[in-house]
Amino acid sequence: MLADVLKSDCIRLNVACDNWKEAVKAGTDLLLEKNCIEPDYLAAIIHHHEAFGPYMVVAPGIVLAHARPEDGAKKVSISLVTLKTPIVFGNITNDPVKLVFTFATTDNKGHLALLTNLMELLSNEEDIKKIMSTSQVNAVLNIIKQYSNLSI
Amino acid sequence: MKILVCCGNGLGSSFMIEMNIKKVLAELGVEATVDHCDLASASGSKADIYVGTRDIATQLTSLGGKVVSLNNMIDKQELKEKIGAALVD
Repeated sequence: MLADVLKSDCIRLNVACDNWKEAVKAGTDLLLEKNCIEPDYLAAIIHHHEAFGPYMVVAPGIVLAHARPEDGAKKVSISLVTLKTPIVFGNITNDPVKLVFTFATTDNKGHLALLTNLMELLSNEEDIKKIMSTSQVNAVLNIIKQYSNLSI
Repeated sequence: MKILVCCGNGLGSSFMIEMNIKKVLAELGVEATVDHCDLASASGSKADIYVGTRDIATQLTSLGGKVVSLNNMIDKQELKEKIGAALVD
């Protein structure tokens, strides 16, 4: 499931950003280009981050940026951006961030299979390290393929 | 026994933590109902144990249940220890 949604045109590696807002925008820009979200989705993510704190930095070096379906999600979609220089999001235990996953879902269920696959990937330290350090999109795609046949 | 996982949006990290909790409960041999929701809905839902990452957990302490605060959402070991401890009391 993950490989069906996270394709090469949704992946950018070693992107240079100056701050967390730019990092989140790098992720939403990829989804916007593919018409998966409305322009306001980015503002919603930023608003949630400012209102609830940096809880989306879910694990060391990894942020799972997202908002709610009604914030402007048009398709179940996900993008991946790796940052050239890790950036601080304000999360005491998991900063700085190197991997920015940005996802959107159109209802409360459509993304569950996607997240299940993603969770398995995030739990594999070795594969996460490989993604963080590679400059080859194909290398990332090969890793993602391995996590796409798992069922809930 | 009801466990409720909360996050800001109620559909991303809370669901992923719910998946891990179910795995941990199976390993511990414990049965419980596990669900997930956003912070706004949490106050309307009665649970025995509320779970959230650090930034969210501080907002769960007034709900009348035990609170489990996680540093790392994908660390099953941390989750197992903390859920295990919350279940024992």
